[in-house]
Amino acid sequence: MTETRPFVEIRHAKKSYGSLEVLKDISLTVDRGEIVAIIGPSGSGKSTLLRAINDLDPLTGGEVILDGTQVNKALPHRQYEKHINQMRQQIGMVFQHFNLFPHLTVRDNVVMAPKLLKGISEDAAQKLAEEQLAHVGMLERIDYYPSQLSGGQKQRVAIARALAMKPKLMLFDEATSALDPELVEEVNQVMKTLAQEHMTMIIVTHEMEFAADVCDRVIFMDGGVVVEEGPPSIVFQNPTQPRTRDFLRKHLSQYEKEK
Amino acid sequence: MGLDFSVVPGFADALLLGVLWTIAITVAAAVLSFFGGILLAVIALYAPLLVRLPFRFFAWLFMGTPLLLQLFLIYFGLVELGIDLPAFVAGVIGLGLHFAVYNSELIQTAIVAVDRGQMEAARTLGLSRGQALVRVVIPQAVRDVIPPIGNNMIALLKDSALVSVIGVSELTLSAQLAIGRTYRPFEFYAVAAVLYYFINLGMEAVLRRIERRTQLSR
Repeated sequence: MTETRPFVEIRHAKKSYGSLEVLKDISLTVDRGEIVAIIGPSGSGKSTLLRAINDLDPLTGGEVILDGTQVNKALPHRQYEKHINQMRQQIGMVFQHFNLFPHLTVRDNVVMAPKLLKGISEDAAQKLAEEQLAHVGMLERIDYYPSQLSGGQKQRVAIARALAMKPKLMLFDEATSALDPELVEEVNQVMKTLAQEHMTMIIVTHEMEFAADVCDRVIFMDGGVVVEEGPPSIVFQNPTQPRTRDFLRKHLSQYEKEK
Repeated sequence: MGLDFSVVPGFADALLLGVLWTIAITVAAAVLSFFGGILLAVIALYAPLLVRLPFRFFAWLFMGTPLLLQLFLIYFGLVELGIDLPAFVAGVIGLGLHFAVYNSELIQTAIVAVDRGQMEAARTLGLSRGQALVRVVIPQAVRDVIPPIGNNMIALLKDSALVSVIGVSELTLSAQLAIGRTYRPFEFYAVAAVLYYFINLGMEAVLRRIERRTQLSR
């Protein structure tokens, strides 16, 4: 059997703000095509870990490796900037608050980066925009501005924008947390489609049902460490750690009440 | 002796030319103050200290001293250093830089106020910091301060009368020349005032259009 390196590898990730340790020596791997959910209470470090993967929140120690290349390489400033911009083109990210560019149309939100960074032609850009927007069911809004869209629509455009760079890996940072409940489903649907297409995804979420439904593996974090990880059937049904049980009891009962 | 406006039509051509010069100098200085304002804002926020400090001094100079003096300095003063600018150019530079400093203050505040997530989203796509500033942050900052920049531009139009003192034959100087020939100060100053008012109305209409066009992109 040939030894293959994991697709995403986080080694001894540490992050602290002053004396506050947010990430305490976290190591984990994600395989190509795998879909991983990171769950945990707020302040557990899950978003920080996600944002460390594309170096948006640089680690204070440890390594992030994507497909054999270290993302957070120690390089002189200029070289590092070149390197990280290159790496980030391969890592799509979707934010809780969408962060669409309000001064650009839906089309230009999607193709601005490919045009600028890959130098694709106007025709190719138009095709790319249509293709990506059709994929998230937003083609008919191509000429709209973000201010004219609902939250769910904005998030779908934000996903299309990230996918237009043809990333190898997608990061979702509480992509549905800011949405009205009735708009969550349309975004989840798009993420499920991506899952069926075997996009590698790391998803920070509060939605246990979605995580159980879509993800291959669930990672429970608390206090800057990975407390428990495993397939959703085990983590959700049969957690071994008391902290996981505690968290799930609160979250699942909350979920039951909402229903 | 009462007022006699019948002398005015004889100078219609000269006054109209004055209006055109006023518009020309205002538009040229407005463009300089707009782009200069963006550049100064970026320098003030992002340039290294050694670059920032001289510009800080320059900004202080332009905000803390009379525009009239600045015009004298640029037009008459620079000759001593061998820089002999045409009056129109000196006027555009003086007015343009003066208002660039004021615009820069507005734009700086607006750049800082653009949501941090915008820079993050742009960087995440692989844009460099510079690209993100140019494509994402600055356009939004500028859009947000179009109304107050518009106010500055109206002030610029009115202050353009000052370049009459360095011999740009704009509206105020045209009126003065006509007065010199006719000894009718009230008539010509009043007509000039009305003409300024109309230019002002035209400018406000343009600014409103720009504001409306940027409405959707908020």
